[in-house]
Amino acid sequence: MGTVILLALTGLGLAALYFLVASGLSLVFGLADVLNFAHGLFLGVGAYGTWWAAGNLPGAGPDGFGFVVAVAFGVAAGTLVAVLVELVLIRPLYSRTIEQVLVTVGLSLAGVALLQATWGADARPFPRPDWTRQVTGILGAQVPNGGLLLIIAAVLVLGAILAFLRWTRYGLVIRAGVENREMVTALGIDVRKAFTLVFAIGGAAAALAGALGGVYFGTVSPGQGGSLLIFAFIVVVIGGMGSVVGSAYAAVVVGLVQQFVNYYGTSGLGDICVVGLLAVVLLLRPQGIAGKVATA
Amino acid sequence: MTVIDAPPAQVPDELTPQRGRWHRVRPFLPLVALVVLAILPYSTISLPGIFEGPVNSPGTLQLLAICLIFGGLAAGYDLLFGRTGMLSFGHALYFAAGVYGTDILVTRAGLPLWQAALLTVTGGTILAALLGAVALRTVGIAFAMVTLAFAQVGAILVARDFGGLTGGEEGLPLDVSGLPAGLVGVTNTVNLYWLALAYLTLVVFVVHRVSGSPTGRVLAGLRDDERRIGVLGLDPYRYKLVAFTLAGGLASAGGVVYVLIVGGASPHITSSELTLSLLVMVVLGGPGTRWGPVLGGVLYMYLDHRLTAFGTSDAVDNLPAVLSRPLSQPLFVLGTVFILAVYFFPGGLTSLAPRLSHLTRSLRPPR
Repeated sequence: MGTVILLALTGLGLAALYFLVASGLSLVFGLADVLNFAHGLFLGVGAYGTWWAAGNLPGAGPDGFGFVVAVAFGVAAGTLVAVLVELVLIRPLYSRTIEQVLVTVGLSLAGVALLQATWGADARPFPRPDWTRQVTGILGAQVPNGGLLLIIAAVLVLGAILAFLRWTRYGLVIRAGVENREMVTALGIDVRKAFTLVFAIGGAAAALAGALGGVYFGTVSPGQGGSLLIFAFIVVVIGGMGSVVGSAYAAVVVGLVQQFVNYYGTSGLGDICVVGLLAVVLLLRPQGIAGKVATA
Repeated sequence: MTVIDAPPAQVPDELTPQRGRWHRVRPFLPLVALVVLAILPYSTISLPGIFEGPVNSPGTLQLLAICLIFGGLAAGYDLLFGRTGMLSFGHALYFAAGVYGTDILVTRAGLPLWQAALLTVTGGTILAALLGAVALRTVGIAFAMVTLAFAQVGAILVARDFGGLTGGEEGLPLDVSGLPAGLVGVTNTVNLYWLALAYLTLVVFVVHRVSGSPTGRVLAGLRDDERRIGVLGLDPYRYKLVAFTLAGGLASAGGVVYVLIVGGASPHITSSELTLSLLVMVVLGGPGTRWGPVLGGVLYMYLDHRLTAFGTSDAVDNLPAVLSRPLSQPLFVLGTVFILAVYFFPGGLTSLAPRLSHLTRSLRPPR
């Protein structure tokens, strides 16, 4: 029983990580039709920003309130990079989908290489508060606190994004834009401001994922974003593009399947099962669990 | 009612394509290039700064052979991206299937090379057909993601080393004892070079023939407007599957040659980065053109190898750390060049020549 609960909770921790990356990807794709390969870069910037701040920024540190400041700095850095990428690189290419993908591909290659050039290719130990290294006993299972922190953060982010989409004017514009962008433009609303906003939200969520993922794994390395990004893509496709709630459901399913199959089957089988799940979902329901039909 | 005989419209001079000085020679240029490349190993010229040793030294020939292979791979990938408009992010899978398939059949099963190669190319083609049949149920960006996910399964299978076949992270060196003697050893690098050249020629020939055939015209139609092809009563799915399968088969054939040149398989060739670099090659060279992808592939691999040496050279090391560190990363340089190319040279390298000729013509004083 303890094993099952432990697997479920660590699976949910993984799901939380996927959700933080996928929610931004899904919103960006749903609204602006941009498949953002540079999303892994935002994650890397968040992780390295937090790592750097904990060591160098006055007032920030690896423990207590200082750690909150460090994470806030990392998230701010990720958000800033995301906004800059949108304004400088993506905006001139709107409605040219393929070119946008190409630019984000180039950005992901160059950005990861830049991180590697600055801080080296090797994984670095991540500064983290002592309590995240400990475990909490839940129903007989010893669950690592880092995973619980991820779950709490993901639930808070989900709540915040949903509240933002539901009760604010810009949330209304974004929801309408996902449904029908031309109509929103025809009503005289500048959708491009919403694009920037969505990039900022996605960048912030990804940077938070980078910082908390660093806490969870205990290390930070330049390539971390890339491998997470592929599973985040899978989550986005299964969940349905443009749907935050769909991403949340899909992230939970993917995280749990991966964790349980990797434990009870051979290691690595869970990852393959997830791709099998993707194939099944695409064959039976090409538009994903929720959301609009995924077309170019 | 009078019928007015309109005089035939005058075509302005600047719109009629001028016959260049070389228009008689042009069709034979590829043949000339092929002959030059084929006899290149007989020359002992050394080009300091471009290659480390003389042109016919084994190291240089191996680098050239790898460049040629990737030229061929990029040309095959262009069949999907530039000519049919399919954005596949999983092309590395079929290349890796060729590399690992040959390696495993020769090293682990002890088959002779020709059997292993035949089985591998057949298997790679069937794999492409099966996975393509599933992936092509989606279109556009979703297709890109699905192919990416399939390729990721390949990467996981190789890295986790199921059944001890692939050697996991360490890769699998090719067992050369069963290979034909002409393909083994440093002194025989020249044969591998010719093999790579033959592969490139094959791919260019196949892609050229396919794009000139009625099927190729349907593929171009799919790239431009898929719905129209559907309205004409043709099934887009079938044509795309044909292109996908053919490109997959060509990629796995490239893998067979690559494993012989490199002498083993390593897991980095299964990564999605390889597909991304194929995309970079095609876009840098000029998608949908005959020579653009080949040129892009050769140049990309060459730069990828040589920039590493450039990054550790004194000229770069003496720069301030802010500059020297990013410049020592080939991917940083190539990624930046790629972004600039997407903005400023959308047609890639092959579009440069017409652009430059426009420029020189407008700069020339009027007659």
